[in-house]
Amino acid sequence: MIEIEGLTRRFGPYTAVANLSLSVAKGEVLGFLGPNGAGKSTTMKMITGFLAPSAGRVRICGHDVETDERAAQASIGYLPEGAPAYGDMTARQFLTFIAEVRGFRAARAKERVDAAIAKTELEGVLDQPIETLSKGFKRRVGLAQAILHDPPVLIMDEPTDGLDPNQKHAVRTLIRGMAAEKAIIISTHLLEEVGAICTRAVIIDRGRIVADGTPAQLLARSRYHNAATLVVPAALREQAVAKLKNCPTVAAVETADRADGTVEITTFPRNGALPIEDVSALAVRERWDVKELYAEPGRLDEVFRAITTSDATRSRTAAA
Amino acid sequence: MNQVWPIFKREFATYFATPLAYVFIVIFLLAMGTFTFYVGRFFDNNIADLSVFFSYHPWLYLFLVPAISMRLWAEERRSGTMELLLTLPVPLWATVVGKFLAAWAFVAVALALTFPIWLTVNFLGSPDNGVIVASYAGSLLMAGAYLAIGACISATTANQVIAFVVTVVVCFLFAVSGSSLVLDFFRAWAPLVLVNTISSFSFLTNFAAITQGVIDARDLIYFLTLIALFLTANVVVVDLKKSG
Repeated sequence: MIEIEGLTRRFGPYTAVANLSLSVAKGEVLGFLGPNGAGKSTTMKMITGFLAPSAGRVRICGHDVETDERAAQASIGYLPEGAPAYGDMTARQFLTFIAEVRGFRAARAKERVDAAIAKTELEGVLDQPIETLSKGFKRRVGLAQAILHDPPVLIMDEPTDGLDPNQKHAVRTLIRGMAAEKAIIISTHLLEEVGAICTRAVIIDRGRIVADGTPAQLLARSRYHNAATLVVPAALREQAVAKLKNCPTVAAVETADRADGTVEITTFPRNGALPIEDVSALAVRERWDVKELYAEPGRLDEVFRAITTSDATRSRTAAA
Repeated sequence: MNQVWPIFKREFATYFATPLAYVFIVIFLLAMGTFTFYVGRFFDNNIADLSVFFSYHPWLYLFLVPAISMRLWAEERRSGTMELLLTLPVPLWATVVGKFLAAWAFVAVALALTFPIWLTVNFLGSPDNGVIVASYAGSLLMAGAYLAIGACISATTANQVIAFVVTVVVCFLFAVSGSSLVLDFFRAWAPLVLVNTISSFSFLTNFAAITQGVIDARDLIYFLTLIALFLTANVVVVDLKKSG
């Protein structure tokens, strides 16, 4: 439903988004990740028609955003960064305005507004000016505005930024609930969000896509993927490290001291093997006083850091 | 046209949701009264007409109208709502026209509230009410021209103070373009046709003709054309900012 081809945006000599191509199908929730200034917001602004691309094209449900702007925009619900709204209006007035601008009249408008209010749980603050609302409520007003016309495409720029854990949970539940029917792009720099709601993650860096896959695929790129971590008293460190290194499934061992007098020993797998069985068998055999033992799915933040800042990435993007 | 209405309604309601409308209307009426009665010596003239009242309108609008127009676009840009507004499925011209009409309607409300002076002059004598109606219409048209210029300039910046100052300067040049201050600058090198053209751009000249009761279609067309021109420029400016 969202097709992006060769999208490029230059600001003077600076290229914010470079030849980005992507398509998102119905049912997908695409997490758009990247360091600050990577081009996430610029890309979203071009998808929604707020910024004109320097090159390339965007199609929403078959409508080209540049040549058939109205039809494309009618199919999009957009939550811009920071959830801007008219602060002097109440939430109800604001949502009614959005409904009317989107072509709903009288009873239909009220119906749409009420539905959006119910979904975002805004009932309690409807008649307060938006500028007096808490950050969480402001964000929900922005969300209500975006989903009001039940659009097939949702573009949300940091929908959970600045919310407390309860509010984040509510917003994610809302997004998950709509996911099957829509094509959704959310930008975020909260990596936990990717695992929580995204079916696909795209990492961009300096305006280019540097990774594209399911959250599981991204996790598999982590050095920690399938690693086993064992926590034992510090006194056992030498003995445990020596024995663990001899396991056939273990490629490398790293240790990290903890404040409570124990040590974390992480064993990295050799050739995609699963060291946790060997490690646990060894621990039982040696009768180590094991405090914790767990396998790691991978660390997204480590993958993120590795592909957005490493020199290898830098030279690769420069050459491309 | 369907989509102009919600834009108009929101913008118009915004004036009254904040103290802006009340402060503006009070100052507008005080200034009108002060200039008419004290500076213009309305009673001493002993003439039952409103020409003194109307003669100050171009100068009062010069400062009051940019105060209305400065926020039209600059505020949207500053607060980020521009992004919301321009990604709604509304043609850009409808947004531009809706905003302009709301500001114009607001000025019309302020102008309408000067009606006691019309009652006064009718109580004191028997003025030519046809001329007064024409003058009100001319005044409103002139305010529209100031507003259209101000709206266009407001679209170029996110800073309301800049929008205000630049609008005052541009409107001033339009107002006085018939005077030697502006014309001398051009007379030195420009052909006579150009000088005459510039001279005919003057708000003062065109407005004065209307208030004297000479309703010439050219004066009306002048203001309407100016409004259309600057609203078109407004659309172009907003559109250029998308790619610039």
